[in-house]
Amino acid sequence: MMFAAAALALLVALGLALARALLGPTVFDRALAANSIGTLAMMMLAVFGFLTGRPEFLDLAILYGLLNLVGTIAVLKFFRYGDLGDPGRPEAKP
Amino acid sequence: MSAALDIASWALLVAGGAFCMIGALGLVRLHSFFPRTHAASVIDSAGAGLLLAGLLLQAGWTLVAFKLVVIGLLIFFASPTATHALANAARERGVSFEAGEGEASSKR
Amino acid sequence: MLLAALLFVLFYVFWILMSGFFTPFLLAAGAASSLAVVWFAYRMGVADREGHPVHLIWSALAYWPWLVREILKSALDVSRVILDPRLPASPTLVRFKPRQKTVVGLVTHANSITLTPGTLSVEVGPEQFVVHGLTRASAEAAVDSDMDRRVARFERVR
Repeated sequence: MMFAAAALALLVALGLALARALLGPTVFDRALAANSIGTLAMMMLAVFGFLTGRPEFLDLAILYGLLNLVGTIAVLKFFRYGDLGDPGRPEAKP
Repeated sequence: MSAALDIASWALLVAGGAFCMIGALGLVRLHSFFPRTHAASVIDSAGAGLLLAGLLLQAGWTLVAFKLVVIGLLIFFASPTATHALANAARERGVSFEAGEGEASSKR
Repeated sequence: MLLAALLFVLFYVFWILMSGFFTPFLLAAGAASSLAVVWFAYRMGVADREGHPVHLIWSALAYWPWLVREILKSALDVSRVILDPRLPASPTLVRFKPRQKTVVGLVTHANSITLTPGTLSVEVGPEQFVVHGLTRASAEAAVDSDMDRRVARFERVR
């Protein structure tokens, strides 16, 4: 019961974040919304695992979180340098 | 004991869900990019943290609890990095720090 | 060498806790993976005091509860701004010089700033932090803050 309530709240939040990802005027708004959707999806997976009594879903949540970080950084790097293989600025800050 | 645990778990899950919804609402309502990052950080730190704490109380001393702690640490260390990278990239690209058009009235 | 052994034990315990199975094949695979990761860490040059600040663990355990309280407090503040029908946000940018000397301290401070809703570290360096705040008050609270002093105390442990 309590997991169902949390899952419902997460669904509403996911819908709102999706709206921002679709509306967002700049690419950064969309990337931010995608990052939030990733976090919310992680929470959704964890809550869903408890809701159905199958804690294996937590492994998926961990994997999703790792992919979320790498995905966000990759998208940002692509939009900053136009190339995923770019080494970045040579005089990178310490 | 179990009833008290259930009540605490309920409270944490409801608070976490509420913070997630408020953060997502802020993501839609705020008028420009930089204020929106603050709404996203409500989801990442307060919402996710409280939800995980609520689930942790239900898990007890099992491997499931350990995995929840790992998810929590992952969010704790990775989400500020991602948000900082976003903000830094947006700044390099010249996204305005000031409020968008819609907010001119509430600023002085 | 001590650090390598510690890392190996840490990774192996992590593997066992994540898998939860105790068949000989999986235990051997875990040992091999842990060894490989230790080797990669040395090749990448991240296996040092900066990459694995194990000496800070006790002061970190003292710092985190304070940080959690701070996060909840500022999350309530930001929620109030979001739910207010007038949306009283006043985005402000502040610059200041942090007190921390080590890289670990600077990163901890910047991460703590970003983790607390309402403030966001935009640019980080030993000379200057650029911090964005949702409201003027929250941005100005980041300058010369309690957090700054606590992290500076936190990093001095050795």
